[in-house]
Amino acid sequence: MEAKTLFDKIWDSHVVRSIENGPDVIYIDRHYIHEVTSPQAFNGLRQRGIQVFRPQKTIATADHNIPTKDQHLEIRDELSRNQVARLAENCKTFGIEYFGLNNPKNGIVHVVGPELGYTLPGMTIVCGDSHTSTHGAFGAIAFGIGTSEVEMVLSAQCIVQPKPKKMRITVNGQPGCGVTSKDIIMHIIAEISAGGGAGYFVEFAGTAITSLSMEARMTLCNMSIEMGSRGGFIAPDETTFNYLRSIPSLQGVASLDAAEAQWRKLKTDNDAIFDKELVFDAACIKPMITYGTNPGMGIPVDASIPLGDTGGNEATFAKALNYMGFKPGYKMLGHPIDYVFIGSCTNGRIEDFRAFAQIIKGRRKAANVTALVVPGSKKVEEMMQNEGLTKIYEEAGFEVRQPGCSSCLAMNDDKIPAGKYAVSTSNRNFEGRQGPGARTLLASPLTAAAAAITGTISDPREFLKN
Amino acid sequence: MPIAKFDITESTCVPLPLENIDTDQIIPARFLSATSREGFGENLFRDWRYLKNGQKNMDFVLNNQAFGGKTLVAGKNFGSGSSREHAVWAVYDYGFRIVVSSFFADIFKNNALNNGLLPIVIPEELLKKLLKLVTDNPSAKVGIDLEKQVFTVLPTGDSVNFEINAYKKECLLKGLDDVDFLLGMKEGITGYEKRQNTAQ
Repeated sequence: MEAKTLFDKIWDSHVVRSIENGPDVIYIDRHYIHEVTSPQAFNGLRQRGIQVFRPQKTIATADHNIPTKDQHLEIRDELSRNQVARLAENCKTFGIEYFGLNNPKNGIVHVVGPELGYTLPGMTIVCGDSHTSTHGAFGAIAFGIGTSEVEMVLSAQCIVQPKPKKMRITVNGQPGCGVTSKDIIMHIIAEISAGGGAGYFVEFAGTAITSLSMEARMTLCNMSIEMGSRGGFIAPDETTFNYLRSIPSLQGVASLDAAEAQWRKLKTDNDAIFDKELVFDAACIKPMITYGTNPGMGIPVDASIPLGDTGGNEATFAKALNYMGFKPGYKMLGHPIDYVFIGSCTNGRIEDFRAFAQIIKGRRKAANVTALVVPGSKKVEEMMQNEGLTKIYEEAGFEVRQPGCSSCLAMNDDKIPAGKYAVSTSNRNFEGRQGPGARTLLASPLTAAAAAITGTISDPREFLKN
Repeated sequence: MPIAKFDITESTCVPLPLENIDTDQIIPARFLSATSREGFGENLFRDWRYLKNGQKNMDFVLNNQAFGGKTLVAGKNFGSGSSREHAVWAVYDYGFRIVVSSFFADIFKNNALNNGLLPIVIPEELLKKLLKLVTDNPSAKVGIDLEKQVFTVLPTGDSVNFEINAYKKECLLKGLDDVDFLLGMKEGITGYEKRQNTAQ
């Protein structure tokens, strides 16, 4: 039998029809929706006069534009209030399960899906959000789609999609102290650029990957979109199965054992051929930070900003540095910062808050820093309280908010003011991403914590020496 | 909903010689709170088009009256980042029907094709030449033959074939939409579900 990649195995088993000289019609096992990219899709259904084909395969949550304060009150912003109300109404009309504000299952779509057991190995998963790649941590083909495609899934549980090429990225060895999965993926993106993965779906492999926890894997897969790839995933293993067995809603489910036997087969065959293979050494990866306006513009936190764009577009490079207020060759360590944001679908899970607390505990944040701590879900919020993390943060001078996407894309009030520097555990440092004129420095929770304490760009390894 | 048939054969161009233009620049997140598809063109490239004081940034190409047309020409990796289809709606609503670059972010490309906006990939060298040509000569036109998949820089005669899959080409030329296509194959989909035992 022909050797196949895991991607081929899952994709091929979901092809309902291959269009000649065209894309494939792919069946979707799990569809997540949120308030921002779904209303126009439901409008389409109404105009066509049709129902949602398989409502039980879609899960909805409100996360993108919601406030992170006083969630028990009515949303003040009229457009946001309207958008959230429309989602609730659409879910009610079309019979879709919805986790609205104050529902104990509410949170960022890519945090709640996995933690509630809706994301499983071998699935095809889509959502009108590019960070759907997060769910690849479970060995699922998961990717972001546009609203027209959301309408396709609601209408027929399928999308029409060209099959991407396949890339394998192997990270061998083990990373050093203070290096997280966020640093691993930021290192890879810096090496291959923000467009280096375009046209590919990536399988991550190697000992540095397989030794990661599920939450660390989610961070890694989450940012696979930031190198332009269609998505990224990791073959399921014992770590995956143990995580799934710990989810209350999946415990005691009789079919789970049978499913697990199938999931164990989800592996790339030894002789399978990828369109592209890249290999990295984890020992060479340092804590990372970005200096520019796309996630490919990243360097080790103790390095200097490059003197020019290696890709040769000086206009783009100069525009980015001008926006950030940096000069070529500048060493960023010690540069004063104004804000720290920990949260988002990239680093808003309990392990991220534990890592952050590791450095924060018993210290106080620098006086010049405004720090925002935003849990990824109600469940994470509750765990933070139960584990005493919320108390540690508050004693250190941090403001702990309620769950949501918050400052990651600043659709709500959590905006960074123009010209201010924010060390952020989120995923994008685009111009204006965290508010018009805001200057984002992407980093891991450890690097963000070090910056919060010193008030400057700092090396987290200084805090982890004992 | 059915899209408008693609019938453009030639057009002048608006040059935007920056790379990695992400969808947050095309339409910033704070303008995503609408629940319909219309009106996003007003805020296309909002933070580049307007200064902090709300005045138009006259250095930005969309505010330069010399430039216009149905074709936007941009540096490589256009449309990266967020999956927001609002970015395509904004480009289309502003009046563009074609975007030319040396490569597009995957989600943007799919979204564009689903809305009647034609993404044309041309080689990096030709892109650089075209950007310079239209910057120096705003009245320079390009030719688009979607049926034959040929893109031509008319003043120089430089001509390249561009790729588009046969299915999507037909959708654009005839104004067809994927949802109608999928609704027409419901039997095949329920058949798949029966085989996989996955209807529920």
